[in-house]
Amino acid sequence: MSRLARLLARETALAWGRGGGPLVAVGFYAGVATLLPLAIGPEASRLAAVAPGAAWVALALASLLCLDRLFERDYEDGALDILLLSATPLELTCAVKCLGQWLAAGAPLALAAPVAAVALGAEPRLAPLIFACALVGGLAFVFVGGVGAALSLGARRGGLLTAVIVLPLFVPPVIFGGGAIDALAGGLPWSGGFALLAAYAAGAVALGPLAMAAACRNALS
Amino acid sequence: MIAQLSLSGLALRRGGRLLFSQLDLTLGAGEAAALTGPNGAGKTSLLRAVAGLVATEAGSIGFGDLDPVSARAQAVHLLGHQDALKPGRTAREELAFWSAWCGGTAASAQGASERLELTRLLDLEVRRLSAGQRRRLALARLLAAPRALWLLDEPMSPLDAAWRQAFGAMMAEHLAGGGLILAAVHDPLPIPARDVEIGG
Repeated sequence: MSRLARLLARETALAWGRGGGPLVAVGFYAGVATLLPLAIGPEASRLAAVAPGAAWVALALASLLCLDRLFERDYEDGALDILLLSATPLELTCAVKCLGQWLAAGAPLALAAPVAAVALGAEPRLAPLIFACALVGGLAFVFVGGVGAALSLGARRGGLLTAVIVLPLFVPPVIFGGGAIDALAGGLPWSGGFALLAAYAAGAVALGPLAMAAACRNALS
Repeated sequence: MIAQLSLSGLALRRGGRLLFSQLDLTLGAGEAAALTGPNGAGKTSLLRAVAGLVATEAGSIGFGDLDPVSARAQAVHLLGHQDALKPGRTAREELAFWSAWCGGTAASAQGASERLELTRLLDLEVRRLSAGQRRRLALARLLAAPRALWLLDEPMSPLDAAWRQAFGAMMAEHLAGGGLILAAVHDPLPIPARDVEIGG
């Protein structure tokens, strides 16, 4: 097994166990999705109108939940030092860490997203697009969120700081994904919004690791 | 393979405070140096500077013929205060990962775990291990992946007397094989080592 494959296996396993892992993320997601109809009112027509968007925003919040410990544990226990003393560039290491986080938490959340949306009253024909948006958007959330997690290394209550840094950066994917789902619901072409979401995710995957590595180096020095 | 570690005119500043300046040290293959000095003198910072984690204020750090980037990528082991072990993972998983990450093989990891008498502990979660056992697991990484320069920060503090002696023998073997050791210590090292006083 190559070094990166080993790292991916380790990071996925750690993310799976970190703070309860996917169960807690999906549980939080289900909790938010259950709160919404209580606040908005049980009227089916009203709920159905907001269901896809609500499911999408709840997803962004749930993916924040597991981010704060992404680098913090490795920073505290000295693992980050050793990860750095390697022929593998730190940028690649950061990208693999995010990928592990996405596999362990992002993918289960993407499976839960269409279920929650349909349960709230969205049309079932939207489910495949919601799943696809959640999968691609989850990648963007993790790679953008990782930057926030790395920047808040060493700060007290870093998790809260991560959320404040990262939430503004979640705006574009939320708009693009929500727009695509809305367009499909309204019978309009949806591919534009989805393409923009995918482009944002690709940009985050390409640029996020550079920022994460710089932030980690800064935190260690 | 690093044949020489040379520090010349080194100065380090941490948090606005100058820790030390004009530090010169040359370490050849098979030599060890013990960094001594009061708490906060900059021993740990010096080790982290050699590892490339901390920027230097002035001076240079040379690794013989190797350029610093590839030296740090292939030939430097850093053993810090922390053991870099995750409490929820088993000792076997942690040893396998770190030894592979640092360039060891499955066979060398096996050999290291036998040498450090970890075989019986390998199936336990790291959280079940004592501080000394955790340190032995971290030391196994040094033996499993051969790297020439060992940077050790208080390597012996959690070890009992018998293991201090055993680790002394391992350090002596490393030196005999052409390795280099730079260690921050409060107690004298159990091997012949040059004393380098930091700060004060």
